[in-house]
Amino acid sequence: MTAQHDATPIAEERVTRIREAAYRIRQNALTQAEVQGQGYIGQALDIADVLAVLYSDQLTLDPQHPEWEGRDRFLLSIGHYAIALYAALVEAKFFPQEELETYAADDSRFPMSSMRTYTPGVEISGGSLGHGLVIANGVALGLKRKRSGSFVYNLLSDGELGEGSTWEAAAVATHHRLDNLIAIVDFNDQQADGKSTDMLSMESVTDKFTAFGWEVRRCDGNSVAEVLTHLEELRSLDAPRPRVLIADTQLGRGVKFLEQREKLHFMKVSADEWDLARVQLKEDFEA
Amino acid sequence: MSATTKLTSGAMDASIAKEGQRTDSAPLGHALIDLARTDDSIVGLSADLAKYTDLHIFRDEMPDRFYQVGMAEQALLGAAAGLAMEGFTPFASTYSVFATRRAYDFLLLDIAEPGLNVNMVCALPGLTTGYGPSHQATEDVSLLRSIPGLTIVDPCDSVDIRQAVPQLAAHPGPTYTRILRGRVPTVLDEYDYEFELGKAKLLRDGNDVLIISTGLMTENALEAAKQLEVDGVEVAVLHSPTLKPFDTDTVLAEIAKDRLVLTAENHTVIGGLFDAVAHELALSGTFKKVTPVALPDEFLDAGALPTLQERYGVSSRSIVQRVRALL
Repeated sequence: MTAQHDATPIAEERVTRIREAAYRIRQNALTQAEVQGQGYIGQALDIADVLAVLYSDQLTLDPQHPEWEGRDRFLLSIGHYAIALYAALVEAKFFPQEELETYAADDSRFPMSSMRTYTPGVEISGGSLGHGLVIANGVALGLKRKRSGSFVYNLLSDGELGEGSTWEAAAVATHHRLDNLIAIVDFNDQQADGKSTDMLSMESVTDKFTAFGWEVRRCDGNSVAEVLTHLEELRSLDAPRPRVLIADTQLGRGVKFLEQREKLHFMKVSADEWDLARVQLKEDFEA
Repeated sequence: MSATTKLTSGAMDASIAKEGQRTDSAPLGHALIDLARTDDSIVGLSADLAKYTDLHIFRDEMPDRFYQVGMAEQALLGAAAGLAMEGFTPFASTYSVFATRRAYDFLLLDIAEPGLNVNMVCALPGLTTGYGPSHQATEDVSLLRSIPGLTIVDPCDSVDIRQAVPQLAAHPGPTYTRILRGRVPTVLDEYDYEFELGKAKLLRDGNDVLIISTGLMTENALEAAKQLEVDGVEVAVLHSPTLKPFDTDTVLAEIAKDRLVLTAENHTVIGGLFDAVAHELALSGTFKKVTPVALPDEFLDAGALPTLQERYGVSSRSIVQRVRALL
């Protein structure tokens, strides 16, 4: 089915707890970007709510044992979102808060683009787009072979839908009935050269995934309650199909001047703006 | 065959074996079944070419351990990477041209960079099909040799393939093997030889000429050596089925003996065995003229294999002529 799923009520305190996690993830992202003087802060802020739902609620993980067999696998295709993933891994206690300050520094475990070989808890090397979903298929097949109940999640971007391999993977996942695979598309409508819908429009994304045989949901990716409702439902569905959540997000979400600034793939923040960013983030959270 | 009969290029399931030659059927598929019976981690995958890479033998025997991904080579290598991440030992098959040219980014980033135990077993290496450049992987080794940590194997025959399979699986990192399929010639059992990953082996010795060979060209080199022996020319043949890591010590030790030196490979003269030998010679500070027997730096013609092997100078007869001209 493709229709928007009507959200069933979720306990308010759960949503509040996740919103707090999202706030801290955004703060963590700002810390990293400020230390480095740059970073993909626009994307980090847009995806913080999705990562908060995952890392503070949906994913089964053991921060003390990043390779624990019983974990859920989270595969980040979009390597430049590393700043957001590190922010979430710190929130989930994989790393101490201080390590954020090493972001993109020489010899850091937090390189600018995420790599499996550098960072405990990072499952794949992202960056070359169109890789996450093909690998996720293999992980999902492997988990099934082991009769594991774990799920594999793949976070990809709307721009990445232009890669042919994403659609090879979409077909393979359906053919092999990978019901332990949940893809999340960050639809922020922004890629390197401009608006995604102006570069290579992939709308209707929901129709495309539906036609490929996927269970599809679409929601406001900056609404913790909606993301939680859909991800929980997609995981519990009894259907022999892969699942995807299209998360419509806003670049720079939570920091007013970034929300209003001209949208760019790499948003610049000047040295004197970081304090303002923190103030606005707090105001947004408390509003 | 009458003098006017033209040879034709073979159909897809054609074997490279010569008329009357001893062969072994689908050694890759059978070796994989043997291995999988003792190793639960073994799985097979193919991208619509199981039947043409001999993986169908494994598929039919162990269907629950085989994954078909359809005509999607990027998905093939990505899925193999994912399975390896979960502790399985995948053997992924397609044609060499597709694994290397079409899915290179996936081979390099998803498999080689994390050093996963994925074994790519790929058919139609070099000049083993008359279909032209779309199917002839004349530059696959050249594309792959520069990938760090990737083991590259070019087997000569069914003996090499059968013995290599368990060693490829046991090797912890990624491997790429240029598979021969169907009725595969059996050649090396006539020699005191065992395949050993990473090692070059002297198949026969001789005081006049050294041919360092790899892949199916070892068979042609051995055949040429026999023909030259009739003329009283003694030819040593050093078979180096592992192209990376390269057995530098053995190769340099053999070259150090005062003989005419040739290399023989089923690959373009750029970036394969000849370049590996030249590279090691230069690094060692040795000057030695080495003559390559290899495919030219050209897009090859379509046609019948015997015709093309003669045309491009890689037949055993061509090797004999080259050696005679050089002596």
